[in-house]
Amino acid sequence: MIELNVQTIAFLVFALFILGGGLGVVTTRNLIHATLYLILSLFGVAGFFVLLSAPFLAAVQVLVYIGAIAILIIFAVMLTRSMTQLRQVYNHQWTASAVVSGLLFALLVVGVILPVWGINGAQAVETVSEVVADTVDLGKALVDRNQYVLPFEVASLLLTAAMIGAIVIARDDE
Amino acid sequence: MVPLWAYLLVAAGLFCLGAYGVLSRRNAIAVLMGIELMLNAVNINLVAFWRYLSPLNMAGQAFTAFIFVIAAAEAAVGLAIIISVYRSRQSVIVEDVDIMKW
Repeated sequence: MIELNVQTIAFLVFALFILGGGLGVVTTRNLIHATLYLILSLFGVAGFFVLLSAPFLAAVQVLVYIGAIAILIIFAVMLTRSMTQLRQVYNHQWTASAVVSGLLFALLVVGVILPVWGINGAQAVETVSEVVADTVDLGKALVDRNQYVLPFEVASLLLTAAMIGAIVIARDDE
Repeated sequence: MVPLWAYLLVAAGLFCLGAYGVLSRRNAIAVLMGIELMLNAVNINLVAFWRYLSPLNMAGQAFTAFIFVIAAAEAAVGLAIIISVYRSRQSVIVEDVDIMKW
């Protein structure tokens, strides 16, 4: 079904990073360790982007998520020092949350697996195109008048507004 | 190549882990980390569908780039709010921030 080559092994390693890191994020008591698990998980996602031939997104993932957001979270954890190691990690509704998340996962698994194997057990054969758009095409699409230039400009406006908002919110009143 | 459903399964697992973190953790920073996990699961799905179904149409990668922007803005504003709350209430436990609870 799936031949074991370098790509498959890389996929399995990155999937282990992603899911293991995610499990660490939601279960670890110490938030610094949870952030390190988050970085592991984000790194696995960057590896997936490389496997899916989207190298620009992989680079942005490492720069923005690991380089900026993870560092920001570590700063926030260290600024709220007394909250880093709570004795009680979960709130009182954690069992209900686990049940809901588990049910959602089961539903998604059924939704993903069923079309592949089909109702009568016939596995769908998928052909993957070898021709892939590269980073140049992505850059052109982002500034193309007929494609994404308006969302692109709105996104930059949103970033500016978020930056000003963050400064205003976190500033001392005096 | 690894089939599409393998990517979708990993993304589904990551999304549910993130949802569990958001719903069950008490620390607001941990809740934000759960949101980051969920956004990343969506990104995996977008790029995987782009690669397998329409690798010449840039919609998948462009949407992923916009989600990066949203995630950065959300993390900056969210952490600023958390630090501001910590300064006024000496707590980042989500149950303690109940001033608007009726």
